[in-house]
Amino acid sequence: MSDIVIRAEHLSKMYRLGVINNGTLWKDLQTWVALKTGKEDPHSKIGEDKYSGDEDHFWALKDLNFEIKQGDRVGIIGKNGAGKSTLLKILSRITAPTEGTVKIRGKIASLLEVGTGFHGELTGRENIYLNGAILGMKKRQIDRKLDEIIDFSGIEHHIDTPVKRYSSGMYVRLAFAVAAHLDSHILIADEVLAVGDAEFQKKALGKMQDLSTGQGRTVLFVSHNMGAVRSLCNSGILLENGKLVFKAKNVNELYQKYIEDDFSSVERSKLIISNTDIKLLENSTFKFECMYIQDSSNNICNYTVSGDKEIYLTIEFSVASIDSRLAVYYRLYSQEGIDLYYSQQNDTDPEKWPVIKNGKNILKTKIPIDLLNEGRYFIELLCSIRGIVSIIPQNTVILGFVVSHNSRKSLFIKEERPGVLKPIIIWENVYRS
Amino acid sequence: MDKPSDEWDLILQPKRRLFDLHLREVIRYRDLIWLFVKRDFVTQYKQTILGPLWFIINPLFSTVMYSFVFGNLAKIGTDGIPFLLFYYAGTMLWTFFTGCFNDASNIFLNNAGLFGKVYFPRLTVPISNVFSNLTKVAIQFVTLMVFYIYYLVIKAPVRPSWWSLAFPLIFVWLAVLANGMGMIISSLTTKYRDLKHLIGFALHLAMYATPVVYPLSQIPEKFAWVNYVNPVSAPIELFRIWFYGAGTVPPEMIATSLGMTAGFTVLGLVMFNQNERNYIDVV
Repeated sequence: MSDIVIRAEHLSKMYRLGVINNGTLWKDLQTWVALKTGKEDPHSKIGEDKYSGDEDHFWALKDLNFEIKQGDRVGIIGKNGAGKSTLLKILSRITAPTEGTVKIRGKIASLLEVGTGFHGELTGRENIYLNGAILGMKKRQIDRKLDEIIDFSGIEHHIDTPVKRYSSGMYVRLAFAVAAHLDSHILIADEVLAVGDAEFQKKALGKMQDLSTGQGRTVLFVSHNMGAVRSLCNSGILLENGKLVFKAKNVNELYQKYIEDDFSSVERSKLIISNTDIKLLENSTFKFECMYIQDSSNNICNYTVSGDKEIYLTIEFSVASIDSRLAVYYRLYSQEGIDLYYSQQNDTDPEKWPVIKNGKNILKTKIPIDLLNEGRYFIELLCSIRGIVSIIPQNTVILGFVVSHNSRKSLFIKEERPGVLKPIIIWENVYRS
Repeated sequence: MDKPSDEWDLILQPKRRLFDLHLREVIRYRDLIWLFVKRDFVTQYKQTILGPLWFIINPLFSTVMYSFVFGNLAKIGTDGIPFLLFYYAGTMLWTFFTGCFNDASNIFLNNAGLFGKVYFPRLTVPISNVFSNLTKVAIQFVTLMVFYIYYLVIKAPVRPSWWSLAFPLIFVWLAVLANGMGMIISSLTTKYRDLKHLIGFALHLAMYATPVVYPLSQIPEKFAWVNYVNPVSAPIELFRIWFYGAGTVPPEMIATSLGMTAGFTVLGLVMFNQNERNYIDVV
């Protein structure tokens, strides 16, 4: 028994760039006749061979080989222009490959967009049927699922209103509801979760998870939202400039690779940011010098920080005149932009506050790294004279780092887990006999 | 999944055969065809007062105008057929033809959004277009029959032949011809947008090269070739011969038109088929 449902062999797709013909039908016909009869193209520029030149086309995908097994939930990641969307377009039969083949077993449903084919004049109910049919459902199947779809969309009261009167949220909810009830063996989805409000996104993600894990179908999912990919997929493909650069058996591996790749493109190799890197407003009270992350033996850390080390955020600055209202603080946030916490130099009891002196200061604070899940985090330094003026504006002093728990001794903490946090907390057996 | 490993449901390849129409798939998507037809019908006259009545009002107004301009002012004959019947039939058939043709020639441009996002057999769109136009023309045809029976009752000089029962053939003929030509144009317009403007203009003029406002018998000998070249002439004239018993159409003209219909259809399908898979990269 073979359980491979998609096999791509030497899959390539070429796009022509710029002008693809002579602009008018007549000139094209002349060119065509000339080429057919073996004469020189009367419209080509001297010394140029339009149909073999390398400059005017590019390969959006080049020689992709991969196999996807039944029940795999594959995340396809890569930067913009890596070829993710082209791959999905080929798999969903919107465009044909230039070279190579894809063999597919089972019925494919693709969601490159929600609400494709919705017509504003039609009612919600009519659009469910139309959209469902476009996505490949039969009327009978839609009949059977109609109540479920309407229920999921949560717009029972407006189902017989033309969708042009819907709010954009209602529109998206209805569209997703239809898509979520497709019957297919293979589901291809492209960033469909990037719509609607947070609550709906959560519901949509949950539904996608249901569809894939609960019913054993194969899912291909493209997203920039690594969080969504991680919670939805169990394996992945990393594309870079149209080439498949990495195949991962588990999504964590993929994630690590993606993050490391991202960092390798950054020139800097150390976790340090100094005032030469950024432009700050001149301020007499506070002068930022540099910020870095160091380990317990005062070495500056590399981008990937091992979760079993203690790491410290260190901020060097000088102060011209002491102001008791000076607040130095930072926020820690995840790759997805979720704030984890804000911390300030005088959060503790007053007797433990660091004393800020005239002239140079070096503040050092421990980052609770063992609370964090694997992933990429950012620290943004902020500073203000409380209630008066912000000295460091937002989005200026930012450090990024990656947490990895791979060096931990426990096997279990290395497992992939959902959630922003992955705290290592001590458990004890308190029963005394 | 207990199929042997070399048995796949679908193989995506760069090239495809000239005639790979996925007819089985089209049949599987028949519900979609029906829903497209319903959408076209419902949306066209939503928020209008007269609704589908517009289907009848349009040709009636044209008929009145043509009767006045061509019948009364220009005094072009109608082979003795009452003006209402003569011009109404001509307008109805011509509108049906141009409707089908326009829909077919704009398939790729009008549906770029849809075709760019989801796969379904593209042939469902031209097929549903034909049905949409057929529903419109059916309403007009019923109206024509009402007038027709009235004229039969008052003993106007119209003599139906048994052939008139074969009238659906005329509609099929026109629809196939229009789609064949339209699909050729649609495949070309994805690359050459200027064609769209040319076609609109050409179609406007083509009506006067077609026996819509005049019968074939009124054409001077030296211009007779126009109607041999124009494949739409034969079916329209034939319709009037079958129902009204007046008019002439040489058998060679019918044969030429049928031949052109077949030729355009084959070419249209091939071009449509070749274009369907990659046009989204061009549009």
